[in-house]
Amino acid sequence: MSIKEVGYISHQELIDAEQDISAERYAKGPVAVIECVQEIPCNPCEDACKFGAIYVGSPITNLPKIQEDNCTGCGACLARCPGLAIFLVDKTYSETEATVAFPYEYVPTPEVGEEWEAVDRQGAVKCKGKIVKVMNPKAFDRTPIVTVAIPKEFADEVRSVKRK
Amino acid sequence: MLTRELLVIGAGPAGLAAAIEAAKNGVKDILVCDLNMKAGGQLFKQIHKFFGSKEHNAGVRGIDQGVQMLKEAEELGIEIWLNSAVVGFFGDKIACIEQGQPDGTKKIVYMQPKTIVIATGAQENVVRFKGWTTPGVMGAGAAQTMINVNRVQPGKNIVMLGTGNVGLIVSYQLMQAGCNVVCIVEAAPGIGGYGVHASKVSRAGVPIYCSHTIKEVKGDGPDGRVSEVTIIGLDEKWQPIEGTEKTFEADTVTLAAGLKPVSDLVKLQDIEIVFNNAFGWVPVHNDKMQTTAKGIYVAGDTTGSEEANTAMEEGKLAGVSVAEELGYITMDEAKDQRDQIWDRLRGLRTGPFGEKRAIAKVVQMGKFPVD
Ligand SMILES: Cc1cc2nc3c(=O)[nH]c(=O)nc-3n(C[C@H](O)[C@H](O)[C@H](O)COP(=O)(O)OP(=O)(O)OC[C@H]3O[C@@H](n4cnc5c(N)ncnc54)[C@H](O)[C@@H]3O)c2cc1C
Ligand code: SF4
Ligand code: SF4
Repeated sequence: MSIKEVGYISHQELIDAEQDISAERYAKGPVAVIECVQEIPCNPCEDACKFGAIYVGSPITNLPKIQEDNCTGCGACLARCPGLAIFLVDKTYSETEATVAFPYEYVPTPEVGEEWEAVDRQGAVKCKGKIVKVMNPKAFDRTPIVTVAIPKEFADEVRSVKRK
Repeated sequence: MLTRELLVIGAGPAGLAAAIEAAKNGVKDILVCDLNMKAGGQLFKQIHKFFGSKEHNAGVRGIDQGVQMLKEAEELGIEIWLNSAVVGFFGDKIACIEQGQPDGTKKIVYMQPKTIVIATGAQENVVRFKGWTTPGVMGAGAAQTMINVNRVQPGKNIVMLGTGNVGLIVSYQLMQAGCNVVCIVEAAPGIGGYGVHASKVSRAGVPIYCSHTIKEVKGDGPDGRVSEVTIIGLDEKWQPIEGTEKTFEADTVTLAAGLKPVSDLVKLQDIEIVFNNAFGWVPVHNDKMQTTAKGIYVAGDTTGSEEANTAMEEGKLAGVSVAEELGYITMDEAKDQRDQIWDRLRGLRTGPFGEKRAIAKVVQMGKFPVD
């Protein structure tokens, strides 16, 4: 089943698009995970990254590629992506927990300290998550970036929280 | 009779870009007419960040792009008449305009401009099924106007038909407005719009049923409003498969089954039109966006529904060509500018989503008579 048929991507599609992140890079701390596997005319992510970690090039329909070693995990690219397709995953958050940061444009906006249900790419509830950070500066242009802490084993699946 | 160097019909991204580019190249005395109360065309309903490149203001919300363009138009002294529809064309480029008056009434005025850019956009296709006239069944564009311009919910529980970008984006925005999207139904075997848009609604738990269509809508709600929607699976030949029905409680159905160009005005000037599978009936034009009628240009969704960025680029082409026709820039200067614009346009029309449109455009332009 592909994104074209079901509306969400599989891990294999990330690998095919060369957008998967290596275990070694994950071990070093937070990293941007780009999940944009179709050739669409779009490139703000490339411009958003000041560290040259995202490459689209020409033509503009090339798939975005992450140079994982250049990524500092700053998170600046998340709110700039009109596809809301970039996440920041930190598998080193604690002994047992990882964090996933994602754009969240619904109301109410989660608040730090709250418990929300964490969902995967199809919106299925995976586990409970604790909101550990919410950023919404002017530069994000009304796309809040929410960070949720979850048990480590769900780090590759959780991509949002369930709307309240 | 009134006259202008350039009359632009439609103040969407294509029309505004045409007016701005013409003005930048020296054209004076430009008028843009729009039948809406607000300029900006589709942009003012689009609260999401746009795709594209830096040159196309990618990442900027549609609504903010509209504001930017209006500011630029104002700075360049471009006149805009709102609430003013062009309702007819006579003889040699005589436009009949229903000019909106400050007191809300309308006055008919006639104008014979030297050049015209038609940028009237597109309109939604209708889909018929049992119960399609039930109150609560509406176009996705109407629902989008309700939530993003008028700030009212079209309903609580919504079934969306169509997975093009319009269907996907409006579904997302309905949820942002606090509605519940029950499901999205698509007759084709695959999702039509961008995967990243589909992923947004999937993450929100909205199921997408491909190879399905709406079989029936029941109107047992208050005042005969939609109460129930039954969908049915389709085989490879798009025929309903009995026994695959699913029924959902819903009070609203929104239709996003594609757009077709608004080309009534084009037809009134005996401009040649051509049919193609990607766009429907569209005016024949050349690489200057000139139609088969001298002095009349087209741009944007009127020439085949695409995107705001392609609409703006086509508008720019038309604006440059108008300046050339009126003698403000030389043939070479115009060609230089157009070459740059065409480079960007070709870039936008690559990839699996753009190729079909690129080919359709080549065919459409190929019909232009060579002299
Ligand atoms: C839900 C949705 C989401 C979209 N998302 C994106 C996106 O993310 N990125 C992107 O690039 N594009 C997007 N688009 C597409 C984009 O909005 C359109 O392609 C673009 O607006 C076309 O511009 P236009 O100027 O040709 O037409 P329009 O914006 O439709 O403007 C046409 C104008 O002409 C006026 N008009 C029509 N007839 C007359 C008449 N007789 N007299 C006077 N005025 C008249 C209308 O009132 C209107 O204002 C989206 C579209 C929709 C519907
Ligand atoms: S997280 Fe920061 S460094 Fe990494 S790709 Fe995004 S913008 Fe670049
Ligand atoms: S900005 Fe987002 S949607 Fe656009 S190419 Fe980059 S990752 Fe894909």
